[in-house]
Amino acid sequence: MIRTENIFKSFDENEVLKGITTEFYKGKTNLIIGRSGAGKTVLLKILVGLFQPTSGKVFYDNTDFFDLNKKQVRSIRMKVGMLFQASALFDSMTVEENIRFPLDMFTTMTKKEKLDRVNYCLERVSLGGVNAKYPSEISGGMQKRVGIARAIVLDPQYLFCDEPNSGLDPKTALVIDELIRDITIENNITTIINTHDMNSVMEIGDNILLLYQGKVAWQGNNTEVLHSDNEILQDFIFASPFLQRLRKAALEKQG
Amino acid sequence: MLFSKILNHLGRYVMMMGTAISRPERFSMYYKETMRQMIDIGIGSLVIVGLISIFIGAVTAVQFAYQLDGTLVPRYYIGYIVRDSTIIELAPTITCLVLAGKVGSNIAAEIGGMRQKEHIDAMEIMGVNTAAYLITPKLLAALVVIPMLVALAAFISIIGGYLASVPAGLMSDAEYVQGLRSFFLARNINLMFVKSAVFAFILTTVSSYQGYYVKGGSIELGKASTNAVVFSDILILLADYMIAVLFT
Repeated sequence: MIRTENIFKSFDENEVLKGITTEFYKGKTNLIIGRSGAGKTVLLKILVGLFQPTSGKVFYDNTDFFDLNKKQVRSIRMKVGMLFQASALFDSMTVEENIRFPLDMFTTMTKKEKLDRVNYCLERVSLGGVNAKYPSEISGGMQKRVGIARAIVLDPQYLFCDEPNSGLDPKTALVIDELIRDITIENNITTIINTHDMNSVMEIGDNILLLYQGKVAWQGNNTEVLHSDNEILQDFIFASPFLQRLRKAALEKQG
Repeated sequence: MLFSKILNHLGRYVMMMGTAISRPERFSMYYKETMRQMIDIGIGSLVIVGLISIFIGAVTAVQFAYQLDGTLVPRYYIGYIVRDSTIIELAPTITCLVLAGKVGSNIAAEIGGMRQKEHIDAMEIMGVNTAAYLITPKLLAALVVIPMLVALAAFISIIGGYLASVPAGLMSDAEYVQGLRSFFLARNINLMFVKSAVFAFILTTVSSYQGYYVKGGSIELGKASTNAVVFSDILILLADYMIAVLFT
C-alpha cells in the first residue's frame, strides 16, 4: 500500500499539486486520471521519488519515503518496477540485456539463473524468443511489454506505469491493460497507473483517482464511475456526446 | 547574476562528482562499462590523434627550420625544439582539445540523450547510482587511455617532424636525431602525463555534467554538446596555464 499525505508541489511560481491526500491499495490497479496538466505525471514522479514534494509525505507501507537515507531509498527502489511512457529501453542493449540489467546490477544469480528469469518474464508478457532483438527492431506494443518484463524482473512489490497505452491501438492497449492487471493480482502488488485511456478506466480501474487543477476531484472504482454525479468526472470520462449516450444507455439497462 | 550562475553550476558539478565517486553497486558492471569506454575513447580516437599529430610535428619542424634559417643556431636544434614543444605543450594540449571535441561532445550527447529518453530515470528507479554508473567508468577510462593517446601523439609528432624535415632536405638524418637526443629532461615527460591526466579529467567530467543536467529537447541537447566542447576547451587552456606556472 502507498499513501500520500497533503502533497504540495510547485515549480517556481507554478503550483502543480495542491494537497494530495490519498491511498493506493495492494493487489489492485490504482489509476491516476485527469486532463493534461492536471499534475498526474508530477504526482507519479513524486511517488517514485524522482521529484521531491514541496511539502507533504509519501508512505510505502507506513515508511516515510522522503525521510529515508540513501541506502534505505535504494532498498525501497529494489522493490519498485516502472513502465515508462516511451518504454525507456536502453537502445544499445538487446531485449535480453535490457531485462537482465537489474539482475546484473543487483543480484548474485548465476548466468543460467538470470537467463531463466529473463525467459520467464518474456514468456509472461507473451514475447518468448525475442531475446536477441534490439528495441528498434520491435513494435511499440512489444516495447511496452519488454518494459513490463524489465519492470517485473526483480519481483517488485510496487509497479508504476506512466501512460502504458499511449501510442498503441485499442486492441494492443487492452492486451497491455490485461497484462498489468493479471500481474497485479498474481503477485499481489500495488500497481499505480497514470493514464488518459478511458478503456483502461472502465476495464481495470479498481481504484481511480481523478486529479483536477492539482487537487483530488474524485476517487472511486470503475463501477462507481457510471453512477457518479461528479461533474468534473463526467466531463472528463464522458467527454463526447457519443460516450454520454453510451453512459445513458448503460444506466437505463441497469435500471 | 553571472557570478551566481557560475556558483550554481559549480555547486551542481561538485555535488554530481560527489555522487559519482562512490562505491559501485557491482564491480563487474562498472568494469565492463569501463572497458567499453576505453575502446570507444582509445581505439575510436586513434586515427584523428595520429593525423593531427603527424601534422603538428611536420608544421613545427618546417616552421622552425624557416625561422632559424640563416641564423647561427645549429640546425639540429630543430629536432630538439620539435621534441620539447611536442612533449611539453602540443601533444597534451592539442590532443586534448581535439578529444574535447570528439569524446566530450559524444559523452554529453550520450548522457543527455539518456536523460531525455528517461533512461536515467529508469535506472534511478531501479536503484542504480546513475551519476556513478554513467560517469565513473568514462572518467576511469579517460584517465587511463588519454595519457596513452597523448604519449602516442608525441611520438607520432616527432616522426612527423622527421618526415617533414629530413626527406625535404632541411637537415640530415643525423642532425635530427642529434637534436632529439640533446638536452633531454625526464621531468618533461612527467609534465606531459600530468597535463594529459588533468585535461582528461576536465573534458570527461565537464562533458558529463553538461549531458547529465540537460533539459528540454533536441535543441537543448545540441547546446549541451556544444557547451561541453566550449567549456572543456576553456578549462583545459586555463589548466594548461596553471600547470605551466606551477611546474616551470
